[in-house]
Amino acid sequence: MATIKLSEDKIQIIKDICASFGNRSGEVINVLHGVQGQFGYLPAEVQQVVAHELHMPVSKVYGIVSFYSFFTMVPKGEHPINVCLGTACYVRGAEKVLDALKRELKIEIGECTPDGKFSLNCLRCVGACGLAPVAMVGEKVYGRLTPDQVPAMLAEYR
Amino acid sequence: MSKYNTHVLICGGTGCKSSNSGQIYENFKTILGEHNLTDEVQVIKTGCFGFCEKGPIVKIMPDNTFYTNVTPEDVRNIVEEHIVKGRKVSSLLYVNPENNEHVSDSRHMEFYKKQVRIALRNCGFVDPENIEESIARGGYEALGKCLTEMTPEQVIAEIKASGLRGRGGAGFPTGLKWELCAKNKADQKYVICNADEGDPGAFMDRSILEGDPNSIVEAMAICGYAIGATKGLVYIRAEYPLAIDRLKIAIEQAREYGLLGENIMGSGFDFDIELRYGAGAFVCGEETALIHSMEGQRGEPTLKPPFPAVSGYLGKPSNVNNVETFANVPVIIIKGAEWFSSIGTEKSKGTKVFALAGQINNVGLIEVPMGITLREIIYEIGGGIKGGREFKAVQTGGPSGGCLTKKHLDTPIDYDSLVAAGSMMGSGGMVVMDETSCMPAIAKFYLEFTCEESCGKCTPCRVGNKRMLEILDKITRGESTMDDLQALRNLAGVIKDSALCGLGQTSPNPILSTMDNFWDEYVEHVVDKKCRAGVCKKLMSYVIDREKCIGCGKCAKGCPAEAIAKTDYTAPGHKLPSMEIHGETCIKCGACINNCKFGAISVQ
Repeated sequence: MATIKLSEDKIQIIKDICASFGNRSGEVINVLHGVQGQFGYLPAEVQQVVAHELHMPVSKVYGIVSFYSFFTMVPKGEHPINVCLGTACYVRGAEKVLDALKRELKIEIGECTPDGKFSLNCLRCVGACGLAPVAMVGEKVYGRLTPDQVPAMLAEYR
Repeated sequence: MSKYNTHVLICGGTGCKSSNSGQIYENFKTILGEHNLTDEVQVIKTGCFGFCEKGPIVKIMPDNTFYTNVTPEDVRNIVEEHIVKGRKVSSLLYVNPENNEHVSDSRHMEFYKKQVRIALRNCGFVDPENIEESIARGGYEALGKCLTEMTPEQVIAEIKASGLRGRGGAGFPTGLKWELCAKNKADQKYVICNADEGDPGAFMDRSILEGDPNSIVEAMAICGYAIGATKGLVYIRAEYPLAIDRLKIAIEQAREYGLLGENIMGSGFDFDIELRYGAGAFVCGEETALIHSMEGQRGEPTLKPPFPAVSGYLGKPSNVNNVETFANVPVIIIKGAEWFSSIGTEKSKGTKVFALAGQINNVGLIEVPMGITLREIIYEIGGGIKGGREFKAVQTGGPSGGCLTKKHLDTPIDYDSLVAAGSMMGSGGMVVMDETSCMPAIAKFYLEFTCEESCGKCTPCRVGNKRMLEILDKITRGESTMDDLQALRNLAGVIKDSALCGLGQTSPNPILSTMDNFWDEYVEHVVDKKCRAGVCKKLMSYVIDREKCIGCGKCAKGCPAEAIAKTDYTAPGHKLPSMEIHGETCIKCGACINNCKFGAISVQ
């Protein structure tokens, strides 16, 4: 694993979050939620600090980070794009929208554009099935999408 | 104190919020302010009305006018016409597709006529962020009745007699579950609410939590009283920020009103609720996996027994129920087991909430009595198939369920009949498909999901599902043989019998049910290398009809793969040579078809 290269104040933020949950190993999921909320992702260095503070092996922390899909070790783009691949969106053509996004951004699922502007991910059900197929850019929901609307949608953020 | 004579109810569910209902709310506030009506008209953001297809929805009470597809710009019109002058804005009313008549009252809409709302009783009626509104509609009355008039044994007996079964999918009798937990003596017990809704295409629990969080708080307290627990935990998906916020508000307000905390209503009973956040793992819907996740571990299931009722959260007896199950509890206490069990079928009592979605006209959240047929749901409530196309299949139970077909349309829906038909109730996702859906591809879609979500603990699920996915992939690429189909069936049977938990045991269901009901389609993929739905890309090719092509070149310009080029053939009557698509470079995105104004391109 990487040696810790984080700045002192970042380490302090992590320590504070751990302390707010009483440094209990049983709270590790809540701690990771808090830390990812601050940094956007959970790189190896961050996991090491968390493990140290909660007195548990780094392998356990990594096991949890890699188990749950909400946690990520890859930084997200400035405008994270999430395409809903719930069943309702799937049968209404979400895959075609996803293909169009991959083509436009020239990245695959889970990747980030080289300029750090967009990252592309899938999720399962936004809960707006009436608007299927749905994609989210940041917090904004785009409904009833067709592949040819994709360039215009991206243009809003370019 | 203001005396309101009119109430504006605006849907604040996820679907309507996504189409800007927040701005509609703000506009109502501003424009009512301009007309000095803020003391007479109350504006409330409610939970989901259910009719998501026509969202955002605005309802005006007391005359029960139901406005659909409202935009923020429409608000001025509604205020000035309807509220000030008393004239309904007909352009925003629902139009009955059969006779093109405007329907202003939701009670007369086909979508609502056959519904019976028990779990969703308050969704769309109350402001979920205000406990007083819940109390005004009978909230916490059931808790009061339990604490003052009933013993814990009587509460359990009532729930048992009602015939309520777990709404999370498996349908275990709720009263029995409570009784098992109540019998175990311990210094601490837990009531756990499973709000980790991970089924893709299902949003029932989320809508209940967003629309009526107080009923869950109340039901958990009732459960705590019945089984002797003083602590409640809600395991909720971190991806549901709105539901989390509203639940937190409800818990906070309940504490202020003395409905949670110590000595509730002076009865000596203590109960409080905390939240625990899930982090996106489908397997955590399984109760042992959920408990491990709450303890801060990987959400892997363990063998039962021991059941959570004996050894659950932190090794203490715990009772896990789903959100929708809890939502039924207060009504059963107030109206009685006899009333509840009069609804539904012999073995499945009450109602079930479904998230109706897919290729159907009326997408939305519906609650129907058990025993209703699929035909009634799809053609009456759902308004039939989108675009007048043909019904092909309906998928229930998500990745654990199966696809039902035309021959099942008149099957009464309950736990047992769905299992008999090769599917299952599941948590309530119901996705309708038409002829544009390819069944092997749907099976593959679900298996991709299961493979991604398999926790990896047991071999049948971790390795077996992967192997099945590989075979399905071969089928959809047209590279399989009939032996592969046999292998797929065998493997499915083995996984069903040998996987550790519910996720693995049910993961072959989408494959088995589509093979049973759509065998021809599998054979077509294998033998004829054809996909009749036009979904499997490897099995289709885009072709330009050179007689119809006028050679404008618009297809080539829009082709992202530069797979289209000019030929040296000019069709009679046309000036330019026609175009052709090169199969090897074509990525089958379909952009050319959309660009061609002359209908010269088709899929074969």
